[in-house]
Amino acid sequence: MGNYIGKSVKRVEDKRFLTGKGRYTDDIVLPGMLHMQIVRSSYAHARVNRIDTSAAKAHADVVAVYTGADIHTDGNIIGVPCGWQVNFKNGDTMKEPPHPLLVKDKVRHMGDAVAIVIAETKEAAKDAAELVVVDYEPLPSVTDVGKAAAAGAPLVHDDVPDNLCFDWELGDKAKTDAAMETAHHITKLDFVNQRVIPNAIEPRAAIGSYDATNDKYTLYTTSQNPHLTRLLLCAFVLGIPEHKVRVVAPDVGGGFGSKIFHYSEEALVIWASNKLQRPIKWNSERSEAFLTDAHGRDHKTSAEMGFDAEGNIVGLRINTLANLGAYLSTFAPAVPTYLHGTLLQGLYTTPAIHIDLKAVFTHTTAVDAYRGAGRPEATFLLERMIDLSAIEMGMDPVELRKKNFIPAFDGVEQEGYITQVALQYDSGDYHPVLDRAVEMVGYEQFRKEQAEARANGRYLGIGFSTYIEACGIAPSAVVGALGARAGLYESAQVRVQPTGSVSVYTGSHSHGQGHETTFAQVVADKLGIPLESVDIIHGDSDAVAFGMGTYGSRSLAVGGSAIMKSIDKVLEKGAKIAAHKLEAAEDDIEYSDGQWTVKGTDKSIGFGDIALTAYVPHDYPANLEPGMDFSSFYDPANFTYPFGAHIAVVEVDPDTGKVDLKRFIAVDDVGNVINPMIVDGQIHGGLAQGIGQALFEGAIYDEEGQLMNGSYMDYTMPRADDLPSFEIDRTVTPCPHNPLGVKGAGEAGCIGSTPAVVNAVVDALAPFGVRDVQMPMTPERVWRAMHNGNGNGKA
Amino acid sequence: MIPNNFEYHRPANVQEALGMLSQYGDEAKLLAGGHSLIPTLKLRLNDPGHLIDIGHLKDLRYIRQEGSEIAIGANSTHSDVAFHALIEEHFPVMAQAGRLIGDVQVRNRGTIGGSIAHADPAADWPATLLATDAKIVIMGQGGSRSVAATDFFKGLYYTAVNEGEIVTEIRIPVPPAGSSSAYMKFMQPASRFAIVGCAVMLPGGSTDDPRVAFNGVSSAPFRDTGVEAALKGKVADKANIEAAAAHAANGQSVMSDHFASEDYRTHLAKVYARKTLYAATS
Repeated sequence: MGNYIGKSVKRVEDKRFLTGKGRYTDDIVLPGMLHMQIVRSSYAHARVNRIDTSAAKAHADVVAVYTGADIHTDGNIIGVPCGWQVNFKNGDTMKEPPHPLLVKDKVRHMGDAVAIVIAETKEAAKDAAELVVVDYEPLPSVTDVGKAAAAGAPLVHDDVPDNLCFDWELGDKAKTDAAMETAHHITKLDFVNQRVIPNAIEPRAAIGSYDATNDKYTLYTTSQNPHLTRLLLCAFVLGIPEHKVRVVAPDVGGGFGSKIFHYSEEALVIWASNKLQRPIKWNSERSEAFLTDAHGRDHKTSAEMGFDAEGNIVGLRINTLANLGAYLSTFAPAVPTYLHGTLLQGLYTTPAIHIDLKAVFTHTTAVDAYRGAGRPEATFLLERMIDLSAIEMGMDPVELRKKNFIPAFDGVEQEGYITQVALQYDSGDYHPVLDRAVEMVGYEQFRKEQAEARANGRYLGIGFSTYIEACGIAPSAVVGALGARAGLYESAQVRVQPTGSVSVYTGSHSHGQGHETTFAQVVADKLGIPLESVDIIHGDSDAVAFGMGTYGSRSLAVGGSAIMKSIDKVLEKGAKIAAHKLEAAEDDIEYSDGQWTVKGTDKSIGFGDIALTAYVPHDYPANLEPGMDFSSFYDPANFTYPFGAHIAVVEVDPDTGKVDLKRFIAVDDVGNVINPMIVDGQIHGGLAQGIGQALFEGAIYDEEGQLMNGSYMDYTMPRADDLPSFEIDRTVTPCPHNPLGVKGAGEAGCIGSTPAVVNAVVDALAPFGVRDVQMPMTPERVWRAMHNGNGNGKA
Repeated sequence: MIPNNFEYHRPANVQEALGMLSQYGDEAKLLAGGHSLIPTLKLRLNDPGHLIDIGHLKDLRYIRQEGSEIAIGANSTHSDVAFHALIEEHFPVMAQAGRLIGDVQVRNRGTIGGSIAHADPAADWPATLLATDAKIVIMGQGGSRSVAATDFFKGLYYTAVNEGEIVTEIRIPVPPAGSSSAYMKFMQPASRFAIVGCAVMLPGGSTDDPRVAFNGVSSAPFRDTGVEAALKGKVADKANIEAAAAHAANGQSVMSDHFASEDYRTHLAKVYARKTLYAATS
């Protein structure tokens, strides 16, 4: 090992971020640039009878006003496509109603796009947008997934009966039903995993620019995966050849999934830039972001977990309704299915599992992947069920988990674990993470303190969560078989410059993850050169050959592996050149610390000399090409499977129901770690988001489909003073199938933490007979639970 | 986040501001710290043709003792008030409330005059002004008048300030020696405004004239005469405080929203009456 891997190298990108020098999409100003404002629906569901744009067009500085009628008759533009196909149980293709760039006949959620106003200034565009008169005929709407799936519900799309996009199942139904028949105990719970709104700190933005001299477009956009955006935009929306579009995702201020997807605004600015032959910028306001960034979660589930008399899980039977929103966002069908149903094995040896799921349209903002994407919902389900089961069976929640853990396997000596729900875990050793977390929290001592506190009218609770996630997304053949309309490999190009410095072009995209540091650490170590000699370039489709972007905790496991492949090619070629220069056989050459050396001698040549030789090949091996520049594509052999154990300690104020999160312990296993500080940061941020869902966040729609909490005055984001100092630790179980042995850390915190907090609150309220509290566990909900449990609010 | 167009005015003194108010009528809005007004402008919920900026008027920014009263200029920021020695000495209730308003930036920009003139029902100052028996000085072109806090707050965003008038000062009688007071609030977690804010003042430290006031509970802040009557003349012990606090918000029209329904908010008022009475008597 070299000098960088495993060290908390300070993030090289932070100099520009912390000094305000980051360059985000909205910082980009192109000559002659116009501004676009979108007229959005204030209704959840309405027929659009007429749109009068005359006053807006007449407004000073307005250049153009377009409606759906202008765009959707222009060529063959249908709308934004979906990138994942899931079939009905009977094999029929999922219902895939059009998702127009601007609505034609109906608005289907609050914030749906009706018209665009393009003006010389942002102010004029905004003023004129208020002058667009839309004649709406309000129609009945439905936002709740349960109500939308019920008979007679208002239809979101006239040609989608029962609002059912698809039904789906996974696992062995007959086996599971049989297991539940013979179960000694069955724990049942109906619950909601509520809708949350992503809230990346940088709102979305896009600039479309058209250059008539070469018929080329440039799109600057807040994207987690610019190449995929280009593919969808070109091939599926506007019908422009890909080589005519450059997509740049410059510095991006957070995504959490919400910037994976191709959004209509990106297509609108490109389309209009051609119409008007001028660059066009759109940036989302925060209120607009609440209404139009794809939301997360929103499941309604009935769960049953069956046990034998000894406490072994014998079966898991799940019925879930998943809210998709009004339109299919890019990866929406995959989230409740292949990122959720497939994780229902968890860490347990459950021999029979079956999930029955319906994906349902509603008059709400589209729902898609949000940090964890399906895996938090699966973890929440399992970890609530096992905690509740422990209560019902009078067992200790730690012991019940450990009793059911899958035994350790390293994926090398022992086979990967084959689940009941279509996955094969790569490597895992689950007892140590829970043991360590239990040790850190001081479990036995806590139970004593809890008992004493209860005697004094104070309500402390402890909640556990042990999770597994499928990361390093994903083997292309596997996801292709499951309906993905894309491969999920990654590309990397390692370009050794003539003087020995290195430029690395990666298809991963960094929007807070610190790739410019982590990837550079890997490259510098493997090549034995200083960190400062490595530059990481990403986010520009004209610079980077191709890429599938960053989500699903995939960058290091997949993108880093692609870089490793190119590094191997560099070293292989370097060895050939070195052998020639040192007049030795290639087999006798070895590489370490930036030097090729003839084994057993002091004859050596440095990395920089070899690089220069490659580009100035005067004395050079015959039959070898000049240059030192290698591209690779890496398609993973399997997902990676990080896991961990989280523990929350809470105190509930019996007067108000307010939950005080006193401690949070997280022991995660993300495989090998390149930069511990960055991994810690990812864990911390993930924990805050997961805890945010448990205690604070949640979209609220009223009966008319209006989003009631679309601002920071009403939507509670977790803040620093809501959170304790996290206590975190790690175990290391390397991934056996990628060259760095890494598993991914971006989502772990968000996946494991949520149920730990709920379990802790339920534990605190045990004296009140409480068995569940709906998230977000607001003070009022907790207070009501105390009064509903045994009816009198007294322990 | 771009407001509609407006004309910006910067009067040199209160008289000039009053002249502008008279000239532009209901087209005009006064701007002081801007922490209530600017967000509504940016969201285009408010569309005044003229903004009259009085925030820079230094002669409205002071806190001083004048005889038996403490006078607070309307342009005093929340921080000015919360951390002023005279306030800390005489009105812990205000020092505590001021420290709980918004965050540091809000406290350093927002003004007490702007806050009470805006009369957000969940703002923190109103209950403290009711509990301390404050008077609000309002200036119009015809001169100044003084209104008791109990008469000042009339409803949701509705006060005794008439069109063309400006809140210039708050005057609070210096309480007798040995007085005690406290403010506590249950915060709305997103905005951090008060779901329930309770101010207690016990002049002379006795229960002869206990004053208990709430904001956040109802559409206007109010003195809770039920709690006050139940505590009056009683020893401020646990049993009496609990019994008095149980009257909180009785007879009030209690607000309801997705953070606190009517009955939960009513319950919280009773809890916070108790907590704040404890705090004021401990």
